[in-house]
Amino acid sequence: MAHVLVLVDLANGRPAASTGELLVAAARLGEPAAVVVTEPGTAAEIASSLGALGAATVFVASSADADSRLVTPQVAALHAAVLAAGEVSAVIVGNSIDSREAAARLAVRIDGAFQSDAVDVTAGAAGILVTQQAFGGSFTVTARAARGIPVISLRQGSVDGTAPAAAGTIRELDLDADTAVGAEITARHEQTQASERPSLQTADIVVSGGRGLGSREKFVLVEELADALGAAVGASRAAVDAGYCEHNMQVGQTGVTVSPNLYIAVGISGAIQHRAGMQSAKTIVAINKDADSPIFDVADFGVVGDLFTVVPQLIEAVKARKS
Amino acid sequence: MKIAVLVKEVPDTWGDRRIDASTKRVDRKGEVVIDEINEKSVEAALLVKEANPGSEVTVVTMGPSSALAAIRKALAMGADNGIHVVDDGLVGSDAMQTSAALAAALRPGGFDLVITGNESTDGRTAAVPAMLAERLGLAQLTFLRTLDVTGDVVTGERMTDDGHLDVRASLPALVSVTEQIAEARFPNFRGIMAAKKKKVESLGLAALGLPAEETGAANSWSVVEDVTPRPARSGGTIVKDDGTAGTQLADFLAQAKLI
Repeated sequence: MAHVLVLVDLANGRPAASTGELLVAAARLGEPAAVVVTEPGTAAEIASSLGALGAATVFVASSADADSRLVTPQVAALHAAVLAAGEVSAVIVGNSIDSREAAARLAVRIDGAFQSDAVDVTAGAAGILVTQQAFGGSFTVTARAARGIPVISLRQGSVDGTAPAAAGTIRELDLDADTAVGAEITARHEQTQASERPSLQTADIVVSGGRGLGSREKFVLVEELADALGAAVGASRAAVDAGYCEHNMQVGQTGVTVSPNLYIAVGISGAIQHRAGMQSAKTIVAINKDADSPIFDVADFGVVGDLFTVVPQLIEAVKARKS
Repeated sequence: MKIAVLVKEVPDTWGDRRIDASTKRVDRKGEVVIDEINEKSVEAALLVKEANPGSEVTVVTMGPSSALAAIRKALAMGADNGIHVVDDGLVGSDAMQTSAALAAALRPGGFDLVITGNESTDGRTAAVPAMLAERLGLAQLTFLRTLDVTGDVVTGERMTDDGHLDVRASLPALVSVTEQIAEARFPNFRGIMAAKKKKVESLGLAALGLPAEETGAANSWSVVEDVTPRPARSGGTIVKDDGTAGTQLADFLAQAKLI
């Protein structure tokens, strides 16, 4: 059976949470093989956890530069793995910024068909079918590669289930031949999920705050509601621009696209650019003082009122039901 | 320093954006504008130019004849000249084909620095910058929210999903910028008048040396099988707060088994 290569993102030296999902998608299309770039001496432990997640083969590129070069080591490792694997029916990576860029460069290097931000992959009679969303979920597009190996980035939280455990047999890759000019990472400033909250991309419930909150201090109300619901925290661009919260919390056209079961918009007017990032949520709730806000056009339940009285009451009611 | 900045004409995000059911491609018949991220990319290029006297900024786009307006806007902001990649044979290009055409247009220029937006608002593939770095053999510094070019060293803060990285490379390099990079300046009257006289070179398939059997929708790397519009949401329940809306909302969530 042809190999399906999966690029493994590492978080604190371990396979990132998204890895299992990528291997499940790979198992639908062929024999899953993981590709990982890591510091020397860590391969055995990583390979055994990747085997448990369903990787039959683990291609390991050990590199002292693993942590200090931007994207290029991953491209070189994927390329080397494609050459070493023999028959490859697809390459699947997560849709993180790093992995997607590695995939884009690999597609150029191997003349593959790059398919970005897939929300589903299936084996079809005419080839691998990739489902994507356009314009923030306004359209669903199904496509297949016309030529070349499909190189697919898969949106986090798209595929359910687990793949059966496999051998996780290590095959070493040599990256010495790689001549790509790269950029150097001189420092990392990343939060390693210190927060108890679920991640925005995969959360079942998302509570987002907008300009209606009025200040960074008052934005805490959004976080309190999120915590009462076990939800992730998001924000509109207006709230981010006003400095109420971090930029990576931005939901919308130029931020994260979310499709949770429940999306609660607090003090967000719902400009078309915001709706492009959340309109595919299953249930949408909006709280806003302006009855003419466009967010109410997409809301399943809307409250026209002062968020500073409605939200605390909602938090109390949620807590009362939970206890 | 020779700087190239890439811009793209896109359907206005304030309008109703559609995929054409017959061509299965983005419908570009409505209002089209220079993508907002590209006004910021041009600003970033102009800031580098101002910090490095003697630099020249070339604005580059690929698109139909209407895309000349996006070039003129960048020229009015202060870019020096333009390259317009335009050919009927390029219509329907995917990211692989677009990056190949842009690479062919950029290669002869010998640019020290290529600046792009991190992703367009229409395709949102966010792949062309990385593909261009690969094709042109440039150091890739993408998703930068800050940018500094001193001597032949480029540094900046790269956004990631969990924070940011400090990155550094030597020129020549390709940079993509996020919307935090800078607020774009408004072109003034003098700039708009001057832009009309600035030189814009048009390049078609023949000039780029691209074979027709590699380009356009018919030779795209992927085939779209199906496009389905999302059904419109049916009207929800909207209540005016009478002092109990928070409790009503909790009831709604409980009934829907969401809490």
